[in-house]
Amino acid sequence: MRINLPNSAFLGNLDSFLRRFDPSNPKELLITANKKWISVHPIVLTMIAALGQTVPREKIDCEALEAKSRHYFERMRLFEFLEIDSGIIMTEHDSSGRFIPLTQIKDSTSLTRFITEMIPLLHLAPIHAEPLKYIVSELVRNVLEHADSSRGAFVAAQYYSKSNTVRIGISDVGVGISRTIRKSHHSTDDLQSIRLALTPGITGTTDREGGTEQNAGAGLFFVKSIAAVNSDFFVIYSGTAFYKLLKQKTENKNPLQADPLEDRHSAGNDYPHWQGTVIGIDLALDVNEQFTALLEHIRNVYAKAVRARKHARYKKPIFV
Amino acid sequence: MTIIHLKPLIGDFAENKDIARDIRIKMLTPRVSKGKKVTIDFSGVSGATQSFIHALISELFRIHGNEILSLISFKNCNATIQKVITIVTEYMQEAE
Repeated sequence: MRINLPNSAFLGNLDSFLRRFDPSNPKELLITANKKWISVHPIVLTMIAALGQTVPREKIDCEALEAKSRHYFERMRLFEFLEIDSGIIMTEHDSSGRFIPLTQIKDSTSLTRFITEMIPLLHLAPIHAEPLKYIVSELVRNVLEHADSSRGAFVAAQYYSKSNTVRIGISDVGVGISRTIRKSHHSTDDLQSIRLALTPGITGTTDREGGTEQNAGAGLFFVKSIAAVNSDFFVIYSGTAFYKLLKQKTENKNPLQADPLEDRHSAGNDYPHWQGTVIGIDLALDVNEQFTALLEHIRNVYAKAVRARKHARYKKPIFV
Repeated sequence: MTIIHLKPLIGDFAENKDIARDIRIKMLTPRVSKGKKVTIDFSGVSGATQSFIHALISELFRIHGNEILSLISFKNCNATIQKVITIVTEYMQEAE
């Protein structure tokens, strides 16, 4: 496998970063890097950390980072996860900033602890902490319940003062969305699986409306909706499929759609294969709609989607 | 009437579905199965995920139908938690 730390990789331009990922030869990992400046979304760090867990340490080859921004990767604990001595020395005047360094979460109790501890690290006001806790809980629980990976979830986040945004990345190297969703639904390809996974009320655990006692198939829809209402980026990458919710146009009065392909988006089904699932979201704090108002939007769309599916299953009378 | 105080069980953010299931199995189901009323008190809880509320009450809808809402009440919920509970109770009733 080969992955390159580019000059820039954020959710807006993540496509080109993913296109350069080479998943061939999964027994080795080569990490290359831009020599001058590297500025990347936390999602990139979670991907590399997750990949690093799938190969023995001696099979990881990481170029020495020369970029001026290399301290960021030490600070975010990337080299610690790769068990590599970066040779980067952090001096006392390095600003700690507002970030959540790479964290591996393998069980429910660790997740609960992580959610409690992460908010002080980002210094967020309660109004902003609430959707963030919601997002991280739903996404990491999805990994713990569906990824079937002993390595769990890799999480990182960073606050960017210039855009007043919290950017979050969560990756796993589990079975991927298609394998999970196909347990209960027909899916022709990885993009179709992502589409189903983002549709409210669709879960891989059952084809029954309302879900099982533990799963409703709503978590990803809620997270995508939080991004849509606030006109933020949301991306999901699994298998060979990549889906990106684009920033919504400001005049859009109905930003939520039950079908993710009806949202303003870009998507492809021919990306380098990622064994597992990668999710990224940007949460702009300036435009954060009140969480309760957002939930009201979700409520309306959700109920409509369930009713539409129910209606589609009605048997029609036969007139002879 | 039994009152279940959530805060000591789940902290100030209700997201752990495993605990939600335990509360349902050990505290809710035995009581409502006997027709007894239960109040779930959210005082001190600032938020709840849909997944938590689903794990807490959805199975009771399957067993008791809409009537479960005559046996369970929700106390001291802030606006967000009320909204999440409303979403779950609505889609479970739609699913019936």
